[in-house]
Amino acid sequence: MKRERRENLIQKIFCLFSMLSILFLLGIVIVLFKEGLPIFRKISLVKFLSGRLWYPTYEPPDFGILPLLLGSLWVTLGALIIAVPLGVSAAIYISEAAQPRIKGLIKPVIELLAGIPSVVYGFFGMVIVAPWVQNFFGLPVGLNAFTASILLGIMAIPTITSISEDAISSVPKSFKEASYALGANRWETTVKITVPAAASGISTAIILGMGRAVGETMTVLMVAGGAAVIPRSIFRPVRTMTATIAAEMGETVVGGDHYHALFAIAIVLFMMTLVFNIIADLLAQRFRRRLR
Amino acid sequence: MKSRKIKEFVGFAVLRLATIVILSLLFIILCFVTVNGIKVVNWHFLTQMPRDGMTAGGILPAILGTFYLVVCAICFSLPLGVAAAIYLTEYAKQGKLIRVIRIGINNLAGVPSVVFGLFGLAVFVKFFGFGISILSGGLTLGILILPTIIRASEESLLVVPQSFREASLALGATKWQTIRKIVLPNSISGILTGSILGIGRAAGETAPILFTAVTFYTMKLPRSIFREVQALPYHIYALMTEGTHPEAQVPIAYGTALVLLFLVLGIDLIAIIIRNRFRRKKKW
Repeated sequence: MKRERRENLIQKIFCLFSMLSILFLLGIVIVLFKEGLPIFRKISLVKFLSGRLWYPTYEPPDFGILPLLLGSLWVTLGALIIAVPLGVSAAIYISEAAQPRIKGLIKPVIELLAGIPSVVYGFFGMVIVAPWVQNFFGLPVGLNAFTASILLGIMAIPTITSISEDAISSVPKSFKEASYALGANRWETTVKITVPAAASGISTAIILGMGRAVGETMTVLMVAGGAAVIPRSIFRPVRTMTATIAAEMGETVVGGDHYHALFAIAIVLFMMTLVFNIIADLLAQRFRRRLR
Repeated sequence: MKSRKIKEFVGFAVLRLATIVILSLLFIILCFVTVNGIKVVNWHFLTQMPRDGMTAGGILPAILGTFYLVVCAICFSLPLGVAAAIYLTEYAKQGKLIRVIRIGINNLAGVPSVVFGLFGLAVFVKFFGFGISILSGGLTLGILILPTIIRASEESLLVVPQSFREASLALGATKWQTIRKIVLPNSISGILTGSILGIGRAAGETAPILFTAVTFYTMKLPRSIFREVQALPYHIYALMTEGTHPEAQVPIAYGTALVLLFLVLGIDLIAIIIRNRFRRKKKW
């Protein structure tokens, strides 16, 4: 009897702990909406999203986040253009062509690449990449969307490579054997059988990499230039949503319009990453079903 | 016939080239930080206070600050995360609700870190009134790594074969005894790996502590967890964007970056080694 009571108590303690964790995580969503929604009493959602001016400290202030949205979009697209070909190629190489010993060496190294703190990338960008971009293209400033894209691209590679590699490795051997039996060589099998079979898994990887690039803060804060205007070229300074929050939150008055507006930007960011995650999840599920 | 062979050769060569490009990028970044940082880093740099408005001296407060923040984060999120994982996999009825919770936790792992910073600001700094302090920043970092720890722990609990649990229960052990003596020992490596990776992540993050814990300029070390601190990642950012003597500040930033990189990659490497070692040892 005593034993049973103890067991019950232990179960209750674990239940309490897990409820607490969930409460904290749920709390993030609640706090975001509670602190962000009040701005929509001042400005409509449509105007907030499509407004072309972001002057939160002017009188009267302008809270249009279109330049910030576009800033995020530009650097993310630029990052993908760099990261997808490199990342996916490396994933194919590691799983299809590398010898097991080399594979065992490369995989942890790419994981290490993911472990480099974003502020170090930002630092590297400021002292090396930005001056190089400025000189190479003859630009007035090196801190711009292009430089940010290069760095975000490097940062998105580990995510894309390691998840793609998992997907490609999990394509059943029988697929490849059937292809070899028909006379295809290794390259033909890789391009026509293995990679198409892993396509939805690779898409998951790309979308998760995209999520990482959109949410990245310190790197873009340091190297993107920080101009909250609609970018007219990739060689212009831009400011992303994340950088805006990081740069401006310190100066706001708690409970003021600016404060609420920054939380509203966080809601937009949260929703974007949520959508990315859901799409990635659906693709991953489809991948698993197809392989069965 | 020959063109097929050439195609194969060229194709794989291109893939190999892409891999080499990625590896050399990592190499370049590491080399650049190491070569420039090693000139600055010495015993004094690691153990002295900054001097002359952050343009000279060491980075002791930043090292200690990061240490305090990480300890605070892990003390908060490790028990909470592991307990939550145990409940979700061992006790809870595997229904729709648990699936929704699991999806929710997964999604939170992808939320940008700056959003966690806003949460920390609104809840710990303002609502609980901890102010800008080690406690606020540590808890914020703790919540940031909570999804990672829950997920890693759950994964390693789930791979323990069901037959292990059944054998233990059949011998008359209670559920808790089974978890403590059978399930946990068999999944500890995964939980450890996840937690160590979490520590590495917490040590390197800047955005979540930006408005919850850090300050650029302090003359003394924090004396309680309700004080603001310096931290390594923020120190790099501040040296590069604030202050008026870049020629004196950039070298210190190199040194700080080397220390941070060494710390974070060292932690990650330990996690990877533990994982690989245990993976080889697994008996089932």
